[in-house]
Amino acid sequence: MTAAATPATSPATADERSGVRLARSRRNAELSLLLLAMAMVAAYGAMVEANVLDTITPTFWVPAAAITGVFLGIHLVIRFLAPFADPVLLPAVALLNGLGVGFLHRLDLAKAAPEDRADLATFAGTGGRQLAWTLVSVILAGGLLALMRDHRSISRYAYTLGLAGIILVMLPAVLPASISEINGAKLWVRIGSFSIQPGEFAKLALLVFFAYYLVRKREVLSLASHRFLGIDFPRGRDLGPVLVVWVISLLVLVFEKDLGTSLLYFGMFVATVYIATERVSWLLIGLVLFFGGAYLAYVLGRSVGGPFANFYLRADIWLDPFAKPYDEGYQLVQGLLALGSGGLFGAGPGAGQPLLLPEVQNDFIFAGIGEEIGLFGLSALLVIYLLIVERGLRAALAVRDSFGKLLAGGLAFTLALQVFVIVGGISKLIPLTGQTTPFLSAGGSSLMANWLLIAVLLRVSDAGRRPVTGTGGKVNRPAGGPPEQLHGAPTEVIKP
Amino acid sequence: MNAPLRRVGVVVMVLFGLLFANLNWVQGYKADEYRTSDYNGRVQVAKYDRKRGNIEAGGTALAVSKETDGELKYLRTYPGGAKYAHVLGYEPVNGAATGLERAENDFLAGTSDQLIVNRLRDMVTGDRTAGGNVLLTLSKQAQDVAYDQLRNNNRGVNKGAAVAIDPRTGAVQALVSIPSFDPTPLSSHNTNEAAAAYGKLEQDRDRPLRNRALGEVLPPGSTFKIVVAAAALENGIGKDTNISAGPSYTPPTSGESITNAVPSICPQSQVTLMKAVTDSCNTGFAKLGVQLGPDVIKEKARAFGFEQEDLTVGRLGEGGLAVEASRTGSMENPDGGADPAALAQSSIGQRDVRMTPLEGAMIAAAVANNGSQMRPYLVRQLLAPDRTTVYDTANPRELRRPVSGQVAADLRDMMVSVVQNGTGRNAQINGYTVGGKTGTADVAPGVPPHSWFIGFALDKDGNPVSAVCVLLENGGDGGSAEAARIAGQIMRAAIAEPGGR
Repeated sequence: MTAAATPATSPATADERSGVRLARSRRNAELSLLLLAMAMVAAYGAMVEANVLDTITPTFWVPAAAITGVFLGIHLVIRFLAPFADPVLLPAVALLNGLGVGFLHRLDLAKAAPEDRADLATFAGTGGRQLAWTLVSVILAGGLLALMRDHRSISRYAYTLGLAGIILVMLPAVLPASISEINGAKLWVRIGSFSIQPGEFAKLALLVFFAYYLVRKREVLSLASHRFLGIDFPRGRDLGPVLVVWVISLLVLVFEKDLGTSLLYFGMFVATVYIATERVSWLLIGLVLFFGGAYLAYVLGRSVGGPFANFYLRADIWLDPFAKPYDEGYQLVQGLLALGSGGLFGAGPGAGQPLLLPEVQNDFIFAGIGEEIGLFGLSALLVIYLLIVERGLRAALAVRDSFGKLLAGGLAFTLALQVFVIVGGISKLIPLTGQTTPFLSAGGSSLMANWLLIAVLLRVSDAGRRPVTGTGGKVNRPAGGPPEQLHGAPTEVIKP
Repeated sequence: MNAPLRRVGVVVMVLFGLLFANLNWVQGYKADEYRTSDYNGRVQVAKYDRKRGNIEAGGTALAVSKETDGELKYLRTYPGGAKYAHVLGYEPVNGAATGLERAENDFLAGTSDQLIVNRLRDMVTGDRTAGGNVLLTLSKQAQDVAYDQLRNNNRGVNKGAAVAIDPRTGAVQALVSIPSFDPTPLSSHNTNEAAAAYGKLEQDRDRPLRNRALGEVLPPGSTFKIVVAAAALENGIGKDTNISAGPSYTPPTSGESITNAVPSICPQSQVTLMKAVTDSCNTGFAKLGVQLGPDVIKEKARAFGFEQEDLTVGRLGEGGLAVEASRTGSMENPDGGADPAALAQSSIGQRDVRMTPLEGAMIAAAVANNGSQMRPYLVRQLLAPDRTTVYDTANPRELRRPVSGQVAADLRDMMVSVVQNGTGRNAQINGYTVGGKTGTADVAPGVPPHSWFIGFALDKDGNPVSAVCVLLENGGDGGSAEAARIAGQIMRAAIAEPGGR
């Protein structure tokens, strides 16, 4: 081979190009995207002030700047601790989080008396609290990134986390209603004025356990089977854990009066089982069990009442919310009216009437925002969520170990399912159940749990994109020497 | 594990696709329905952002919007009070408006097509378009007198109505219904307070919210004899023609006999039509009705406005307050032939004949106006928010012509005779020629009968200046004389201050 070979066809050059692609950390892209997102948050704040106060105050940028500072911090942490992490995750999440804080601040403005509005402190009210929670959440996420340098290390605590998860799930159900019940759903633990939703953390803990358990059991679950109607069904004894989770889900449904959480846990579990075993039969079993259970609860709620009554009521409201527009159907009706009033383009940030919506800072935040940014804005938000989920799934595809794949895939799907359950609920696609809207809803538990989820996805994506022999942010490639053989190459070709 | 991960990705796409499709449904397809839904408070807030126009009569504001500090920027108040409540209605925060507030809502709220130029101009200047002003035909004095006299009637009756119209134009001079209510609390921004006030009014057994002048249909009693007399005049009977009368009349196939209010009325076997009207001779009109037949009487009643179901009083030509249809009821047997018993009773305004006070006034007005019945209206003018431009001025027009000029003149003579020599003497006005007809309608044994008076006033030149109808529910014996007195008072006030047209 002569040295006169053209660079374009040189295998060395091709390898080099591929090496460069894999080696790039894309941290600067992340920074640019993050600043773009924060500029949008600042613009949103300015539009809110223009509409609510009829003027843009000289300090309109302060909340956006404060939250930008927080996110720049986590960006730096990622730069040093997870340099190859997916560059889109952080800006996308930051945009949602920033808009959430902006909208909550906008609610504070609307609640304040007109003469107090201009002087409303940036860090007061729900918006200020959410900003503080964001800071705490981001610090927790950064801490997790620092502690968990390799995602596989958490599999060591799988059983501990599994137990903790079950305890967290069951805790509100066994506590007296005075401590655990808010708005008819027993999902809380209230201590004084402070309340947490243990379920938010339970889903993370349980997913770690599922991923670990399924990686160990996947051979059994996927191979031993009976063939029926052309579909491979698992052996009876292997169904055990699935049935246990199903029963727990139904118990949550009945005793915590919450369809959404129940659907979330069960969907999460079925999805991870399916990813682990690649058996469609698990999906079918899962769907049949869930819908069968839900239908049973509906029928029982109508005939027996008791613990099933709440579920029946919710299903009934879903079928015709306008039947009792001032009583049971009030929330859903007002949510629909808010979305409808927004129409295609929305009233404009700050120009809507979100205070007409009950629970606008929590369950109905998507409807409240939707009134002001319209169908186009909400579609954009959905795309951002989709982006986060697909990036999470991509991290699962890229990472090499089964545990990581299952963990990232499960977390990404859980996030998607939660968005589906709450957005579908407020827009009358499915029966409404109280779920937080990830990164938007007011509340520390949800924000912290979801930021921890993102931290895990960042860690897994870092592992997936990191060149195998690379250390830290640099790729050692001797100048002029032959390029290193990179195992990582297109990860898709690696068989699980 | 990558294949199922990709499939999970597809599932996520499908889930989000469903969300997106559903949002399109809610925010696109259903958006208009949701935006304008009755349950949507945004409609209210937007509505109260704009100053609603005044409703005025004779230069006095009866309904005005005042600026507040609250979330709803303007509060609707009614300086006109209970006196005008049934004409104006009210504009509540929650629920439907009533009266002219409802009928003229588009113009008052400023959303009317007529005000589009104003809105476009304000879009440029950045102002918020105020609503337009609605000017009424009502005469303040006549309305005052009607309300006060009705409430202080000497029979102690607490339910009734009075309507006065200008016979030449149809402009309503007074329109009162008692008991009435104060509309201001109903439009309170404190919706609990408003609901409580409304609940109390709705529970009231006397139904103060009901506009009796337009919505109450009761047997008209002897006032209906004017319609029968008109039919007779057109069927070969003159005002001085003798008709068969007597102390008592039992129609064929009927067990019940018809008598006169007191034995001194038309005991002789023959009286003139004029005399029969003047003294309100029941037997004479019962026989006359049987002689004329159901078709003739029904046809004449329809010519005067009975059976009209779509009449509204507000702006001329469109919208306004709905008027209940007056009815003649059935006068036939099931086989279609005339039922003499029903016919006899119907001819003296009993049985199934039903009339609104407005219809009573319109009958009197048609007689006074040479047989031409003008379309009644309440809205005289629509005035731009800045009060410079006039958008619509009422252009009076004939509604129908129930009788010829000659028949109207004969009816006038007979009705004048009632006030000069007969049962309606209380309605006399110095310097004016007043005509009318009293009515006492039996309800049920032991229940005081309803008292009516319909009448008109002519000036020295014979031009009609006012036509009225007064109703005292369960006014009892002698109630119609009190109704006549009140009618005279109202017409006197309407002469002093004719109101707008």
